[in-house]
Amino acid sequence: MKKELIRLENVSKSYDGELILDDLSLTIHENEFVTLLGPSGCGKTTTLRIIGGFETPDKGRVIFDGEDITSLAPNKRQLNTVFQKYALFTHMDVAENIAFGLKIKNKPQDYIEDRINYALKLVNLSGYEHRMPGSLSGGQQQRVAIARAIVNEPKVLLLDEPLGALDLKLRQDMQYELIRLKEELGITFIYVTHDQEEALTMSDHIVVMNQGYIQQEGSPEDIYNEPENAFVADFIGDSNIIKATMVRDELVNILDTDFICVDKGFGENTPVDVVIRPEDVELVERGEGTLPGRVSHVIFKGVHYEMEVQAGGYAWLVHSTRLYETGKEVDIKVDPFNIQVMNKPESEDEEVLSVDD
Amino acid sequence: MTDKKTSRLLTSPYTAWALIFILVPLAMVFYYGFTDANGALTLANIKAIAEPVHSRALLLAVVLSVISTVICFLLAYPLGMILAKHRVTGQGIIITLFILPMWMNFLLRTLAWMTLLENKGVINGILDLLHLPEVNIINTPGAIVLGMVYNFLPFMILPVYNSLSSIDDSVINAARDLGADTVQTFFKITLPLSVPGIISGVTMVFIPALTTFAISTMLGGSKILLIGNVIEQEFTLTYDWNLGAGLSIVLMVFIVVNMVVSAMAERDDSSEKRSVRRSISHTAGSDAGAGREER
Repeated sequence: MKKELIRLENVSKSYDGELILDDLSLTIHENEFVTLLGPSGCGKTTTLRIIGGFETPDKGRVIFDGEDITSLAPNKRQLNTVFQKYALFTHMDVAENIAFGLKIKNKPQDYIEDRINYALKLVNLSGYEHRMPGSLSGGQQQRVAIARAIVNEPKVLLLDEPLGALDLKLRQDMQYELIRLKEELGITFIYVTHDQEEALTMSDHIVVMNQGYIQQEGSPEDIYNEPENAFVADFIGDSNIIKATMVRDELVNILDTDFICVDKGFGENTPVDVVIRPEDVELVERGEGTLPGRVSHVIFKGVHYEMEVQAGGYAWLVHSTRLYETGKEVDIKVDPFNIQVMNKPESEDEEVLSVDD
Repeated sequence: MTDKKTSRLLTSPYTAWALIFILVPLAMVFYYGFTDANGALTLANIKAIAEPVHSRALLLAVVLSVISTVICFLLAYPLGMILAKHRVTGQGIIITLFILPMWMNFLLRTLAWMTLLENKGVINGILDLLHLPEVNIINTPGAIVLGMVYNFLPFMILPVYNSLSSIDDSVINAARDLGADTVQTFFKITLPLSVPGIISGVTMVFIPALTTFAISTMLGGSKILLIGNVIEQEFTLTYDWNLGAGLSIVLMVFIVVNMVVSAMAERDDSSEKRSVRRSISHTAGSDAGAGREER
């Protein structure tokens, strides 16, 4: 078991009477890459700002390494932040930016120079010491921001949507760099994003948030394969979320057709939601599957075809490398392991399906 | 080709304007400045700045405008900080209130101060009523500084506020995050990042203050002569246009040197901010110009 590093205890925060975080509790361990994932306005950035010390919670406590730091000023905290818009000091060159924190701490000059070289090497920007931030590309500026944060040897690096302003290719490259950095530094990363792909790629642990609540926590695999509710299923990747009835253990009725599944313990004839990932929906020739349907739409996506199949009154999203032409009569077949059964939401908060991408 | 023709056509009125109202007068100033009454070339008018009356007037003008500029800065900077940092509700109204005097004529405002500060003026009237000793403000250098500060303060507030409010919160947060306390953050981040605004504010207060003669005439009486007054009198009383032009050239060179120095300091500033500042400095120029014409 990893050592606990940060603990948020029953943290609440509201702005202008609007509740942003409601009684949020969260534990973050040492040397973990934790991602706070959710749509805009879900409270993920506020959570990060509370950890960074830029916001004080209305209620609750923040524990860092066993100490209560709830009202400690940001400059006294053993963590550093990489801001969304880089927030570089435009009147200083790259080296001066990186040296800022060390100079404040009155470190000796040769130590500072060593650290600058080390940090620039780490983010692949050696030789950029005397460039001004304004002359760098977005990706380079973000690397400088990361270098500026890590030279201070924080125990935790907070990253607030750091790749949001970069183009797709650069974003993917930076994802790998961040993973490498985290491994080399061996410190905890807390990463905020609304991009589920980013979260799945980089994280050890994902915290899905919506409307100030944690919807689900777990490894990327857990979150993707076993979403606990419709919000998580919908937010993480494309999926077919269908209202269904749990007939009995290991048998679920979806769109008036019985499917064998592996879930148990929901009781008999219980209304549930099921989620089936598009890549888990198999299309077979008529008569070979469970549910008859007709292909209504095909889009070529490169690695696979994205098809829409009308079956049982629902438009199924299907990903397959095998093409079925529009209008083709097919059957739908789903492997029992690939049907994820979820409880119906108990509160309205969980029911929010409107996701802004 | 057509594009070029059109643009030449469109700019022609402005070219003509610049020629007639800027270049020709400037050429005349230089002609008069470098010639004597008979039209012979001479440097005497330029060298005249070395005469004690003139150099003292220039020195006094520099001293009073420096004092006014410093006071304007000390008043404007905290206001800019407060407004930029706290995003006060009604922020626009506060800014407008400070700018509001600019909507009134420059001479009228100065004239109003004259009535307030006169020995038998409003302020002493109130002091009399309260049985307090009268104060003698009018016709002192202090009155001139007061007039300068009152008239030119908005030109300091606007650029300083602009540059302070363009500093992103996350930059301040980043400095705090890297261990700087509030004082360190101010001196290492906020102040340096607002330097372009400070420079343009200083320029826009210092130059009109340096060249003013209206304020010093009205609030300083005829005893305190600034370089502006000296030049004015050469034209309107002594009718020695050559000397007046010569001294003007000296003052112009002095200002140009100042501008070049400040331009070098703000060179790395973004073009966006610069355009804002330029539009403000235009307002400043026209205001001071209006004052001059009406005299």
